[in-house]
Amino acid sequence: MTLKRTDIENVSRLARLALREDEVAGYVETLGNILDMVGQLERADTAGIEPMAHPLAGLSQRLRADEVTETDRHALYQQNAPQVEAGLYIVPKVIE
Amino acid sequence: MTGAPLHERGVAELAHGLAQREFSSVELTRHLLGRLEAAQPALNAMVSITGESALAAAASADGARAAGRSGPLTGVPLVHKDIFCTEGVRTTCGSRMLDNFVSPYDATVVARLKAAGTVMLGKANMDEFAMGSSNETSFYGPVRNPWNPAMVPGGSSGGSAAAVAARLAPAATATDTGGSIRQPAALTGVTGLKPTYGRVSRYGMIAFASSLDQAGVIARSAEDCALLLAAMAGFDPRDSTSVDQPVPDYAAALATPCAGLRLGIVREFFDQGLDAENERQLRAAFAVYEKLGATLVDVSLPNVGLSVPTYYVVAPAECSSNLARFDGVRFGYRCAKPKDLLDLYQRSRGEGFGAEVKRRIMTGTYVLSAGYYDAYYLKAQRVRQLISADFARAFADVDLLVGPTSPTPAFELGAKTTDPVTMYLNDIYTIGANLAGVPALSIPCGFVNALPVGLQLIGPHFSEAKLLAAAHAFQRETDWHHRAPAERH
Repeated sequence: MTLKRTDIENVSRLARLALREDEVAGYVETLGNILDMVGQLERADTAGIEPMAHPLAGLSQRLRADEVTETDRHALYQQNAPQVEAGLYIVPKVIE
Repeated sequence: MTGAPLHERGVAELAHGLAQREFSSVELTRHLLGRLEAAQPALNAMVSITGESALAAAASADGARAAGRSGPLTGVPLVHKDIFCTEGVRTTCGSRMLDNFVSPYDATVVARLKAAGTVMLGKANMDEFAMGSSNETSFYGPVRNPWNPAMVPGGSSGGSAAAVAARLAPAATATDTGGSIRQPAALTGVTGLKPTYGRVSRYGMIAFASSLDQAGVIARSAEDCALLLAAMAGFDPRDSTSVDQPVPDYAAALATPCAGLRLGIVREFFDQGLDAENERQLRAAFAVYEKLGATLVDVSLPNVGLSVPTYYVVAPAECSSNLARFDGVRFGYRCAKPKDLLDLYQRSRGEGFGAEVKRRIMTGTYVLSAGYYDAYYLKAQRVRQLISADFARAFADVDLLVGPTSPTPAFELGAKTTDPVTMYLNDIYTIGANLAGVPALSIPCGFVNALPVGLQLIGPHFSEAKLLAAAHAFQRETDWHHRAPAERH
């Protein structure tokens, strides 16, 4: 499948990935090759076949009681954050 | 084996020696830490070696034994793949994105093995976010194959496999989304088990493709894998897809004989680019099973040839969703001087992820994007159903399926890095089990050009005991799993 630079730029924007110029050219080719390989799926007759979302048939999503089971550990978790102030995650200003 | 150097002994032998007070866990741990450090420049099997905490855990295990509080694995050292969260210990997933991430909690697998008294020696190198089949996508550099350092060890659990193969650790945890336990086990001459989807908790195991990911183990023998699986497996309320089923006594089941077992040779696995010498080793392995009283029958999985294209829609789609959490805000890498929030997201992700991870995120984003969802994602989910039905049909007639683990023995570093599709085809025989959610293992069955070859056994859902018993019977008849590479350090 022939992809254009604009296709890669569009996908990288959707995926929130900043790419360097040289990376874009590489992905035009390799994503095209991957989509060609994936194109083999067209030859499978899947008329009337249900899509399979879970590898164990018949298992339904388990639910639990709506109760608080976790304690507040935000100070510990925020030790891994790039920038924290007064218990808040700091990001560039969003609203002027 | 009493008297053999400690690193030459497997899990069962070490557990026995510890129980007999032949040596202490501290002595054993110190010995293996020395080997891990010494081998690091040549193999790069580890991201972190946690000597201090390992010796403390070993001393605590020795103390527990002295106080009469010991279990079958008390004091046994192992390494964890760096995809498992380890409390207070850096957990990188092989990525620059998590280079500075110190996990605030333990994965369930880690917590269970810790509670069983095992001693963590360190965190094993791996392909970045488990995306790779050669361990060349790691931010920490490639792992090298202990049998020949010019060759890859396979991936993504390349560090786990190399550490066990080089006798640096008797066992390692690992994960398998499309073959990441079995393929590196095959390429390094060790035993690797991917359990049934849902058998082992995924809690605290950094997610790649949630409907395919499964934790498992790499060790030298099926017996050692059985001992570790027993400690790892079981229901976990913290994993919504964990299955609430009792865990059988895997060690007790090992003695089950192969006589009367029906083994299905997967026809399609022998006409898809399988190396001829590899095939010769496999046929010899089948003969061992015949000698043990198993019946070999021809089996067809007509849709299994579509496993790789199916996987490369489903796995990237799930990956693009799972990896959306890495946003440069709450944890992980953040770019310098972001000019606004969008720039922060885009550059943190663009700089924090490596080339292959970005490729998969973009592939997934593409197949899920408006106008393509039905043609790619839904189509792949339907084909997945067909492949899964092929396995179910086969298991109505046979106990286990047998075939190759990988098309060729280990290949040279750099040989398949330019064309991702060539790399993806390494997993042509392993992906089917992930799509169907069934358990599978790889055991060493010979050598080609002085490189190990793996035999894959695949079973129906929750047949780990049967798989391990069949592998154990083979290992009682052969000595491939006892072969160790030459010391290189």
